[in-house]
Amino acid sequence: MRKLLRYWLQLAVTLAVCAFLVVPVVLSILAGITENFFVGLKSGFTLRWVIEVWNLYSATIWRSIGIALACLAATLILGVPAAYALARAQSRFTRWIEELLTLPIAVPGLATALALILLYGGWRDFRASWLFILVGHVLFTLPFMVRSVLAVMMAVDLKTLEEAAASLGASFRQRFLSVVLPNVRPGIVAGSLMVVTLSMGEFNLTWMLHTPLTKTLPVGLADSYASMRLELGSAYTLIFLVMIVPLLVSLQWAAARAERRGA
Amino acid sequence: MDPVARDRRRALALAVPALAVFAAFWLLPMARLVQVGASGPDGIAAYFAVVTNANYFRSLASTVALSAGVSVVTLALSLITGIFLQRNRFSGRDVLISLMTLPLAFPGVVVGFLVILLVGRQGLAGDVTTRLFDEKVVLAYGMAGLFIGYLYFSIPRVILTIMASVEKLDPALEEAARSLGASTWQVLRDVILPALTPAIISSGAICFATSMGAFGTAFTLATQINVLPLTIYNEFTNYANFSMAASLSIVLGIITWAALAAARSLAGAGVAAAG
Repeated sequence: MRKLLRYWLQLAVTLAVCAFLVVPVVLSILAGITENFFVGLKSGFTLRWVIEVWNLYSATIWRSIGIALACLAATLILGVPAAYALARAQSRFTRWIEELLTLPIAVPGLATALALILLYGGWRDFRASWLFILVGHVLFTLPFMVRSVLAVMMAVDLKTLEEAAASLGASFRQRFLSVVLPNVRPGIVAGSLMVVTLSMGEFNLTWMLHTPLTKTLPVGLADSYASMRLELGSAYTLIFLVMIVPLLVSLQWAAARAERRGA
Repeated sequence: MDPVARDRRRALALAVPALAVFAAFWLLPMARLVQVGASGPDGIAAYFAVVTNANYFRSLASTVALSAGVSVVTLALSLITGIFLQRNRFSGRDVLISLMTLPLAFPGVVVGFLVILLVGRQGLAGDVTTRLFDEKVVLAYGMAGLFIGYLYFSIPRVILTIMASVEKLDPALEEAARSLGASTWQVLRDVILPALTPAIISSGAICFATSMGAFGTAFTLATQINVLPLTIYNEFTNYANFSMAASLSIVLGIITWAALAAARSLAGAGVAAAG
């Protein structure tokens, strides 16, 4: 009897938590496609707000996609070789490097952004360009790429694979490109999806680093929440959700795959 | 040189580009930030302003209290939910879990907006309470709203961590305890919770550090809430007090970093904040 009661209590808490997480999202979606949210659903459904958002803010959406892809390219070029270095040359020194590279996520984005502005803000062309935002995003996402690739590298026993390749005469370069990279692909895929998802949603750094001409999607969202009517902000959020949720779903799938690979 | 040592050196060289970018765009700017922090009228003493100046101290204290409160409530709710979801199989369970992980992708700004839809001026809670009690409940635009927002942000992350470590628990231990006559409460206290301690410490620390440093949610709700990130933002943009903004953000960075580092040495797992 008490066991049953306990079960129902736990279920009630679980459902309440779930409702807390889901109800606001449903409200937001409904508000984005309702003629007048204040009047309620009886005012009718419309795509008018979504179209208006597109007219007002489509530039921020394209810019965010561009920055996310550039950020992905940068973290692949910088992060995958760095992860390899950490995996192969394990020592106190490499643990120290790993610790250093993780600092930008241990310290609030606000601090990193202020530091960038204070040192490079005077360099006008750089400050006004989207590259300034890109730098912030690369700092913030690089640790996730390194960690994701490193985890798979540690699990697949690179050393034995490489020794086999080396004994067959493969050069360092050949081994990296044709033995290491294919074997750690699940880690690279999971890391890439993580980087794109984080970059698309990044706000803490971006709010400080952007200029009126380099607004990204989350900056535009904050802008619309502050100055536009509720329906418009909701429609904009809806567009963001349509972009970010598929990324999240594939990220979870890829992370599970990378973990199986690691296990 | 022997080939193994040569390979090691070559491998290490591959970290150079990442380190160069890191040094140019993080270490150097941070050094500048530290220097600017000490360049105000108070010099080095600016780093202690967070305890000596009553306003900044209040801001720090309320941020710490808020973050600690969020962490405790998040852990309590996530433990109940995570253990329940991992231990019970029922129809709709997978859908429930997917729905709960959806908010993982929402940045703080979006969470702030969702809080407004829930408990803001035109929010659901206000609507319901107006109908039921003829009194409109509006919580969004202050500490309460921030508390709700940070709960929203943290719960999905912590639930996933808890579920992953419940999955790794050995059911034989619990059976042994139960066959020795332990009550459900004793099993929970003496077997389950100790085994989950590393997960609790690490996810609690991440939750605390994220709430300390988060900016987006607070920014969306109201720029006048007295939490440290907003204080720093206002010093920087509204009062152009760069040195104070710099020293406060260094202090904040040290707090979040120390919380994560302490948790990592206690729990032994990879711990870092995100979002």
